[in-house]
Amino acid sequence: MQSKQIKHPFLTRRDVIGYAILAAVIFLLLPAVLDSFRLNLFGKYLTYAFVAVGLVLCWGAGGILSLGQGIFFGLGGYCMAMFLKLEASTPENTSIQSTPGIPDFMDWNQLTALPWWWEPFYSLPLTLLAVVAVPVMFAFVIGFAMFTRRVSGVYFAIITQAVVAILTILIIGQQGFTGGVNGITDLRTLFGWDIRTEEAKTTLYFVNGALLFVVLMVAQFVRRSKLGRLLIAMRDQPDRVRFSGYDVAKFKIFIFCLGAGFAGIGGAMFTLQVGFMSPTLIGIVPSIEMVIFCAVGGRLSIIGAVYGALVVNWAKTTFSESFPELWLFGLGALFIAVVMAFPNGLAGVWAQHIEPRLLKLWPGSAKQPAAPAAEKTPAE
Amino acid sequence: MLDHTNKNFVLMVEGLTVSFDGFKAVNDLSFYVEPNECRVIIGPNGAGKTTVLDLICGRTRATSGAISFKGKDLLKMREDQIVHAGVGRKFQTPSVYEDLTVFANLELSYPKGHSVFGALFFKRDQAVRQRIEEIAEMIFLSDMLTQKAAFLSHGQKQWLEIGMLLIQDPELLMLDEPVAGMSVAERKKTAELLRRIVADRSVIVIEHDMGFVADIATRVTVLHQGQVLSEGSMEHVQNDPKVVEVYLGH
Amino acid sequence: MFSDYSMSELTAIFAMQGFSGLILFSVFVLMALGLAIIFGQMGVINMAHGEFMILGAYVTYLLSNLFADYMPALFGMYFFVAMFFAFFASGALGMLVEWALIRHLYKRPLDTLLATWGLSLILQQTYRTVFGAREVGVSIPDWMMGSLPITDLIEVPINGIFVMVLALSISIGVYVMMYRSGWGKQVRAINNNRQMADAVGINTAWTDRMTFAIGCGVAGVAGSAFTMIGSTGPTAGQLYIVDTFLVVVFGGAGSLLGTIASAFSISQAQSIMEFFLSGSMAKVLTLLTVVGILMLRPQGLFTLKLRK
Repeated sequence: MQSKQIKHPFLTRRDVIGYAILAAVIFLLLPAVLDSFRLNLFGKYLTYAFVAVGLVLCWGAGGILSLGQGIFFGLGGYCMAMFLKLEASTPENTSIQSTPGIPDFMDWNQLTALPWWWEPFYSLPLTLLAVVAVPVMFAFVIGFAMFTRRVSGVYFAIITQAVVAILTILIIGQQGFTGGVNGITDLRTLFGWDIRTEEAKTTLYFVNGALLFVVLMVAQFVRRSKLGRLLIAMRDQPDRVRFSGYDVAKFKIFIFCLGAGFAGIGGAMFTLQVGFMSPTLIGIVPSIEMVIFCAVGGRLSIIGAVYGALVVNWAKTTFSESFPELWLFGLGALFIAVVMAFPNGLAGVWAQHIEPRLLKLWPGSAKQPAAPAAEKTPAE
Repeated sequence: MLDHTNKNFVLMVEGLTVSFDGFKAVNDLSFYVEPNECRVIIGPNGAGKTTVLDLICGRTRATSGAISFKGKDLLKMREDQIVHAGVGRKFQTPSVYEDLTVFANLELSYPKGHSVFGALFFKRDQAVRQRIEEIAEMIFLSDMLTQKAAFLSHGQKQWLEIGMLLIQDPELLMLDEPVAGMSVAERKKTAELLRRIVADRSVIVIEHDMGFVADIATRVTVLHQGQVLSEGSMEHVQNDPKVVEVYLGH
Repeated sequence: MFSDYSMSELTAIFAMQGFSGLILFSVFVLMALGLAIIFGQMGVINMAHGEFMILGAYVTYLLSNLFADYMPALFGMYFFVAMFFAFFASGALGMLVEWALIRHLYKRPLDTLLATWGLSLILQQTYRTVFGAREVGVSIPDWMMGSLPITDLIEVPINGIFVMVLALSISIGVYVMMYRSGWGKQVRAINNNRQMADAVGINTAWTDRMTFAIGCGVAGVAGSAFTMIGSTGPTAGQLYIVDTFLVVVFGGAGSLLGTIASAFSISQAQSIMEFFLSGSMAKVLTLLTVVGILMLRPQGLFTLKLRK
């Protein structure tokens, strides 16, 4: 029977190998070769992979380009930062303030009581819930308003960018409540566990890696489900999907919310590993840079997104340390190159050039079908 | 004229009007489709043929008038709800998912798992496979199931789109130029396919190819400037002086 | 809050506030006009639009120095020369960019967005390398300084009036070009149906390039005008881009009148709110209102209902 050959298993053999290599890189290779400072740095890069994986689903598969992923990353990060800040602001630690027991920046801005919406962040379970729920709800509001009115493509991109602008101006302007342009800094402990020590940072790196793999598996499941194929169908023929009886808006809202939830987890892990969260990390420019992590990895490749986030951020640190002027030229050229020359990013280069050669060296696996590269036509 | 109170009509379109910034693409249009009827709509370019289909399936919103399908008011429903009510529609240019296999194309149209979580946890069971193979045979694509739709010929894409509608088992099927770009042999096969389809449902077809129209039509409606110019059997329409005037008069 | 002022003082405050709103309006119009051509007519997203404006500003800065050093006698009119050069410099760069980048991406609007963002980063760094990271300002000719007394209490700055006049004349120029010239007809024909336009003998490739170049040129003139009311830095262009796109989208892409109406409403809303609230909150509320309205009416203020 023909259809016996058509399978969409959750993981193909190729996927298993890919994830195994990635796991080896994250859990064995990097910890083995990097010192604790550099490992923490790579942990920071990996938090952006959460965002990039969400973008693979939204943009690569679904054709929804969000220039506002920084918002969701930031919301997750701020939720975590608020919890840590409250823990750091015990009345003993803040006894020199005119109002002890509230975060220092509130005191500097003449606030005399904690705003009511900070209260839930005394509780860790509520905070952990908020890390995912706040970005998801925010994405739901934006997505519901835009997708049910069929806003898509560049219009959606521009609106998400405007929302980023609004949110960052708001955070910077309301410094009494948010810490303003400096953000929420001086975070110390998580339930009494000092997150600034080397051991804590190494532990957090592994926690981050494990969470990333959970997210990767969720993304993989979505991608391989019928919903994953529907996303591609919606990207290419939205009307056909609609007139096959699907409410396209609901699917777009779902995938946008899922991406936002991923980004929120990434943001929270960023705060934990780096020790602060500020509006400069989530504004218009960082938000659009998050798209390039996904594009460099290959906009349709979940594994590629992780490598994309690692490579671009590593290059950014390396270049801006030694040649600060060159970095912007490099980043600009990267944006152009990935659009003009390598629309499938690293994953495309791998599938087209490297993998076939590896397979030749390894005759036993030559019967394996070549990479599903044909699936990777660039989206609009 | 027909007795319009007859409850047997599958589709009743009455006084339908849509205006785009004052231009009435469809103007006070009424027509009625019976069960197992193959209605062909013909007319010169810009007569409003495609717009009528757009209105029925909810792609365009009517300015005034009524569309009733098996007693349901389609004007009050969303596109996907209209589909679930039993109306299927093929577009003028074949709209298939080129990046997906023929099998996946048909599977996405299978009427199950249409909610977000339904799609997420959709299981491909034996019933699904069987139905897809059945439809693939009907549309002459049994050998192509594992191919990406991008590799199909133009005519095969048209068939695939018809197959995607058939798998939904709609009671009313609307086809916009189903044989455009097909070879003579393919047209013959399509006409045969349509005759088989009509056995279980009503079909509305927009078509220019008069040979093909004569082959399949139960009744023909001629549209002109958004209004019905003539309606009846192929023969009746061809001999109607008004139709001759519009087609040949200038 | 008003009780401290007399009636005539209040009138003066509102008049001056209204006038500053009008200057903001002119700035928005100037920013948005080039984009209204490129995005509205061609459907191309140019995220480097701000950098094309800044190029015009730097050209003006260079010419102001040149005139001050070598032709002090003619300094009073250098600005008109500068505008002319700004138009051609930005236009020429636009032509190059269209040839190298944009023309390959007409069917991929989201990719255009990313590629032009990359371009904007490269241009920013170029400006920083060439002109330095610090902001530069031009010396304004004497006749443009000072203000015009209208009544005892109301004074309007002359450079503000100049920017307004400029915005008005460029708007009229663009309108005539788009809707009253054969070239504009070609651009709109291509926008409607590229294949048909090709078939009836319009050189679509060349028209695209010229349209893009003229849009960029208008951005250059806008940048030139901005030097009259503020200073210029390498990243100044990025600050404008969100506002500019919102103005065009809010007005309804493709409608020049819509762009101007939306520039008017956004600028007035913002300057009136600035009187009551802090600058950042006024900005937040304005943007929020615009985004809110766009969510209810995504096609913008002015669009035709078309059949697909």
